[in-house]
Amino acid sequence: MVASESSASSAYINHHLQNLTFGLHPERGWSLAHSGADVEAMGFWSIHLDSMFWSILIGVAFLWLFRRVAKSMTAGVPGRTQNIVEMAVVFVGDLVRNTFHGKSNLIAPLALTIFVWILLMNSIKFLPVDLIPSIAALLGVEYMKPVPTADPNVTMGMALSVFALILYYSIKIKGVGGFSRELAFTPFNHWALVPFNLVLELIGLLVKPLSLGLRLFGNMFAGEVIFILIALLPFWIQWTLNVPWAIFHILIIPLQAFIFMMLTVVYLSQAHEKH
Amino acid sequence: MNINLTLIGQAISFAIFVWFCMKYVWPPISSALAEREKKIAEGLNAADRAKQELDRAQAEAEQILRETRDEAAKIVEQARSRSNKMIEEARETARVEGQRMIDSARAEIEQEVQSAKLALRAQVASLAVQGAERILESSVDEKKHADLLDKLAAEL
Repeated sequence: MVASESSASSAYINHHLQNLTFGLHPERGWSLAHSGADVEAMGFWSIHLDSMFWSILIGVAFLWLFRRVAKSMTAGVPGRTQNIVEMAVVFVGDLVRNTFHGKSNLIAPLALTIFVWILLMNSIKFLPVDLIPSIAALLGVEYMKPVPTADPNVTMGMALSVFALILYYSIKIKGVGGFSRELAFTPFNHWALVPFNLVLELIGLLVKPLSLGLRLFGNMFAGEVIFILIALLPFWIQWTLNVPWAIFHILIIPLQAFIFMMLTVVYLSQAHEKH
Repeated sequence: MNINLTLIGQAISFAIFVWFCMKYVWPPISSALAEREKKIAEGLNAADRAKQELDRAQAEAEQILRETRDEAAKIVEQARSRSNKMIEEARETARVEGQRMIDSARAEIEQEVQSAKLALRAQVASLAVQGAERILESSVDEKKHADLLDKLAAEL
């Protein structure tokens, strides 16, 4: 009895933590995964349809809304939607102006996209943990993990894109020579310490995308797991735990979006600075 | 929990979204915001200018009012002093005229008195002569006694 209950619980948890995966199965070819073992077998050549669907849906919704406002933008008295959009734009714009001192047309829109997109993707978490998977099951979809930022592929995909931008701007602003000199001669400006500096700086550089992507993933995934665990409790007691946890997430969700954006701006600002 | 093509898919969609935001979302919004900022600054400036203008106009009005009040006071004062002077003059003229009339009346009376005295004196003289004639029962030769009569008249 206890054993079957615990195995049912772990099945529930595993089910909720598996993405809807489409990939190249060594035996079946390109197909949907029907179990964890299928996903393992597919390896790198697979794609999480649910993560991609929700992330793109939300990204498109965000840009559609902002584009609509941008087209009907007036310098006069703003409407309700325009007000919200402007608030986001002014908030991000001020932050970028205060943090990033170079001249760039990319940084501010990049920061805005990161902030709003991640904020909205995180916000799917406010929906009951079983709501979207249940609807998907009714529609015949086997697995559904709707919070894209609880998928390390999504967060690392963004973090690595930011990393690529860091490398691009470092080399563009400082040149290959300047960038390598910076890596080799800071923090200790002595030829004998070049290997030490290189190790230190390379680790520092590589940690940037890792810390960006894994922080967001860790926070969102952990929150998701806890919601799933709370969902295993009897329904009449759940509110004692999931209400405080959801209220706590009102703080966590914007905070994580903000941190991702802020660190991106700081890293790119460092990439623009000459020593 | 494995890394797979999703990472690349997310990177691609991220790049597209950022590009779209940079191209079509950020510039119109930020330019409209800048325009509004300019408008508000202009509006505040205009309000400041209007306020200064108002202050200036108020000060000017106050100045004009003060000047007018002073002028009115001066005019009233002038009128008052002028009327006082006129009254004073009229009084003086009346006094002088009265005095003159009194003087002339007095002179006339004096004259009357003198002529009455003279007439009285002449009558008294003739009465005295008649009286004397009666007493003497003879006529007095007027020529002989002219001196005497004159002396008598003078004594009366």
